[in-house]
Amino acid sequence: MSVLVFTENWDGKFKKMSFELVSYASKIAEMLNTQTVALSIGDVQEDELKKLGNYAADKIVSVNNDKLNNLDNQAYTSVIAEVATKEEATVIIIAQNNMGKALAPRLSVKLKAGLGAGVSKLPASVEPFTIFKKVYSGKAYSNVVIKSDIKILTLAQNSFEFEENAKSHAIENFEPSVGDVKTSVSNVQKQTGKILLNDAEIVISGGRGMKSGDQWAPIEELAEVLGAATACSRPVSDEGWRPHEEHTGQTGKIIAPNLYIAAGISGAIQHLAGISSSKCIVAINTDKDAPIFEAADYGIIGDASKVLPDFIEAVKEIK
Amino acid sequence: MKILICLSNVPDTTTKAKFVNDNTAFDTTGVQWIINPWDELALTRAIELKTDAANTIENITVITVGGKDAEPTMRKALAIGADDAVRIDVEPKDAYFVAAQIAEYLKSNPFDLIFSGIESADYNGSAVGGMVAEFLNAPSVSAVSGLNIEGGQVKITRDIDGGQEEVSVEMPAVLTVQKGIAKEPMIAAMRGIMMARKKPLNVVAPVEVEALTEIVNFEMPQPKPACKMIEPENVKELVDLLQNEAKVI
Repeated sequence: MSVLVFTENWDGKFKKMSFELVSYASKIAEMLNTQTVALSIGDVQEDELKKLGNYAADKIVSVNNDKLNNLDNQAYTSVIAEVATKEEATVIIIAQNNMGKALAPRLSVKLKAGLGAGVSKLPASVEPFTIFKKVYSGKAYSNVVIKSDIKILTLAQNSFEFEENAKSHAIENFEPSVGDVKTSVSNVQKQTGKILLNDAEIVISGGRGMKSGDQWAPIEELAEVLGAATACSRPVSDEGWRPHEEHTGQTGKIIAPNLYIAAGISGAIQHLAGISSSKCIVAINTDKDAPIFEAADYGIIGDASKVLPDFIEAVKEIK
Repeated sequence: MKILICLSNVPDTTTKAKFVNDNTAFDTTGVQWIINPWDELALTRAIELKTDAANTIENITVITVGGKDAEPTMRKALAIGADDAVRIDVEPKDAYFVAAQIAEYLKSNPFDLIFSGIESADYNGSAVGGMVAEFLNAPSVSAVSGLNIEGGQVKITRDIDGGQEEVSVEMPAVLTVQKGIAKEPMIAAMRGIMMARKKPLNVVAPVEVEALTEIVNFEMPQPKPACKMIEPENVKELVDLLQNEAKVI
């Protein structure tokens, strides 16, 4: 028996999220009194693989196969399933991100394993196996029992406080049987030199209250001094003031940074659905009755374009 | 080319969540039901592609798993421009159950492209599309934010964590779509609403499938402590609180 955790790397380096996943998996392994097996797919050096052991992985299975250079959902699913079967995994942990959303449902059918999508804390019990997840885009939560022998959980990003817990671990190179790959990738564009919205610990977001697309300089400057990513509300991306990749909200990106600063955003229920899991929310808005203040931890009633320059100066003083 | 769009009938996104029966069931009193927003974008893009004859799309079908109360939402999809609709007549139990029903239908009614929204606005499972693909042993592409057809081949843009990729895929394939695939959802015109009444809405009997998960109950989020207000002249105080109280900068 084991808890299997699927980790992701970028050009051979693990993302912070992978350590969060391994740490989460090891806590479930403790509840089940079993071991944690971490799976890595890609060209990852041994020094890097070892880092997974710092978050309590007992065993690290490394798969490096040319057919898996690009994400083919079917091929990746079959590799994870093969390793899960080999390791007799009863619980499989995957990230609730683009890759996880692509793989977890397929794996659920392949292994006839019930899927708990977007969990944000440890199961309340393992017998019956009861998970806690948000529903209605964060307007409520549900307790869900997974009835199948194998369970798959996808962990919501930035939802689990992970800790270092170094363990002695074994590293195994594994050669899976990879079938035909039916998707081909012709062009990859990676965002470079910019903090990615989904990875960012701090996000500065602008709404219609910024008045127009050419008023974004203070948001960008504050993002610069805080090491933050920039985002926007739906009307802003609909107006074309900002690219749609920056739209956060129910139908855009759903994020959970440590700090979310909403400038000139009134906080429609759909916007709050995308940001309400943020650890700390700051709202700057001229309307004291704006719903954003109900979701916020700290608020300033004022014009964002006047408040932001002072904000930038105040941050510069402490940095 | 035949396109199938998996539709979910969900409460309007402005609905406040309330529960009944000891918090075991969603309170549907006064709820407006809509096409799941991402499914609506998928439908919009399919119709846009169909208007170009060079894409040779013969048919757009919408499918849902649900009771008769889902039919107004299906009619809305027909009014927007789907050619026909299929309702598998059973209350959905979980994503696995729904995907198994749709996959069973597809075994005797093949399609070239199957779209599903990246998640549903109710259970936020992000699951049905990928599950259908695995049931059919068909390829799937997730987080699709752009779609074109060139010479009978699909050209897909998908979002990866930290970028975008151009992808092509063998058909039949399942595409899980998100914002970007279409800009604004298409709205039904009066003529479409009239025509929708005459378009076929076929009701199909379900197959026996066991759900793998079960919702025990619902909980409301913990109320947040009141927002701490700071005077606009005192931004320094805010920065101090963020640094020393919230410890986030």
